[in-house]
Parts: sequence; structure tokens; C-alpha cells
Amino acid sequence: MKRWLAAAVLGLSLVGVAQAAIDTYEFANDGERERFRELTKELRCPKCQNQDIADSNAPIAADLRKEIFRMLGEGKDNQQIIDFMVDRYGEFVRYNPALSSKTALLWFGPAGLLLGGFVIIAVIVRRRRVQRTAAPDTLSVEERQRLDQLLDKTKHD
Amino acid sequence: MKRWLMVLPLALFLLMAVFLYRGLYLNPSELPSAMIGKPFPEFTLPSVQGDKTLTRADLLGKPALVNVWGTWCISCRVEHPVLNKLAQNGVVIYGVNYKDVNADALKWLAEFHNPYQLDIRDEDGSLGLNLGVYGAPETFFIDAKGMIRDKFIGVIDEQVWREKLAAKYQALVDEAKP
Repeated sequence: MKRWLAAAVLGLSLVGVAQAAIDTYEFANDGERERFRELTKELRCPKCQNQDIADSNAPIAADLRKEIFRMLGEGKDNQQIIDFMVDRYGEFVRYNPALSSKTALLWFGPAGLLLGGFVIIAVIVRRRRVQRTAAPDTLSVEERQRLDQLLDKTKHD
Repeated sequence: MKRWLMVLPLALFLLMAVFLYRGLYLNPSELPSAMIGKPFPEFTLPSVQGDKTLTRADLLGKPALVNVWGTWCISCRVEHPVLNKLAQNGVVIYGVNYKDVNADALKWLAEFHNPYQLDIRDEDGSLGLNLGVYGAPETFFIDAKGMIRDKFIGVIDEQVWREKLAAKYQALVDEAKP
């Protein structure tokens, strides 16, 4: 048991090592390091599609990290760095795409669907409520007489 | 009950099906290039063969293909004979030897024939980065003024050339004629 536990702990501790690409960059200050982390998380690797460039081991991701590091050193701000990438690789490289007519569906689609769902629920709930409150009085006079007849009949049987 | 409401789920399902069916035949690794319609980036780099210095100005004057390749790129080997044939037929092709060891590139060109009128040596990938290259082979179509007009990602084989690319190149050539 103990051995298994040790193996599991060891295995889990390797997970973190295996996932992150390792570079050695010397940052001028902590702010720059933080911005590097942010930018490499927000930019997507063009080759490997579903990884950010912080996570990816693809050569192109390493190049882009190097480029970001260089631009940070030159004192470029985040927007300039993102624009640099978008100019070359297109809107695709942003995990946080700018709002445009092309991306409007991405931005508002989920909220729109949620809203649509609420509207449908509201309509259904209201319809049921109307039916329920209306129910006791829906029998006409003839219907009521017929109901009484039927009830009487079953009583006599 | 309202009839049309009953059809709604079926209609939604069909709509989804159409989109998903289309999605089956899309290639997600083909990104629309952000470079189309932009001028070919400036560069000053050595040539692969000889010790010339090449700049953007060397690429101007004729519409051409700019082919990004490397000896580490397996599919470039598949593409290479096709490029040779195109070059023989008078298609202007410039090469960008992307992130490669120059000795390997020289050996490759000696062994497999050289289809490139000029071959740019981009060892650290700086030109590739400015071109938005994310793999090889990639082929850019530039016009006589050095504007990037189109881009093809992946191996150019004879079928792709015949069906897709020949017409694009011809259009650029026709445009350049006075």
C-alpha cells in the first residue's frame, strides 16, 4: 500500500514537469516576468492549435516566446506585442479575440443562447400557470350536468 | 398545438447536421494567412549558395513563388521534384531556407537539383517569423511589386498545382504584362 502511494505521489509530481516548456530567461523585474507569463498564456501556438505558447514545446512556440522576451526587453507594451503577433499570424493566435463583426457570434453567442433558454422557460412556466388557474372553471354548464349524471350513474351501479 | 413548433427541433437538428458535415471536410491546420495583401517583409540575409547578400529588392520585378523549406522538413522532400519541374517550365521560384544548417541545405540542393532562382538563408527564422510561417513547406505568391497575393500551406503536388495554383500564378503573370 505504502509503495503504491509513493509511486502515485511520484507520478503526480512529474505531471507538472512534463507539461510546461522550460526556458531560461532573465527578466529585468518581476513585472516583466508577470507580463511574459500573461502574454504566453494568452497567445495560441499557430502550429499546435490547442495549446498556448507557454505550454507548447513546438519550435515555433519557442521562437515566439523568444520574440516576446525580446520585445519586453525593448519596452513594448502588451498591446504592441499582441498586434505584432496578430499582424503575422492573424486573429487566430489570440485566445482572447478582439470584438469584430466576425467574432461577435463568439462573444455573444453563449449569452444569447442562455437568454433564449430563459425566455423559453418563462413562456412554458407562464403557460402552465395560466392553465392551472383556469382549470377549475373550464367546465361549461352542460359539461357540469353531464359530469353529475355520470357520477350519479356510478353511485347507483 | 402549433404545428410549426413541432418541426422546430428537427429543423435545428438539420441545421447542426449541415454545419457539422461541412466541418468534416475543413482542415483546421490551415490558417487563413494574415499576410495576404501585405507587402513582402523587408530583410537583409545571406544567400544559401555563394556569399551574396539578398534583400527584398532582389525579389521584385517578376511574379514568383516564395517557397519556405528546410532539410529537416520531410514533406519538403516530397515537394521538391514538383518544384524542379515547375522551374523547368519557367515558373519563377525563390527559396527561403528556414531554420536550417547551411551545409545540409547545400548538400540537398546538390543532390536533388536546385529549383530556386534565389535562395535566402534564414538560419534563425527571422524572415520566417515576419512572414508568419509556422511550419514548412509554405509557399507565398508574390506579384511583381512584392505584394503577397496568396499563400499555400503544405506540399504542392502536381494535382494541387494543376487544379488550384497554376491559375493563380498565371493571373499574376498576366497582370504583370503591360
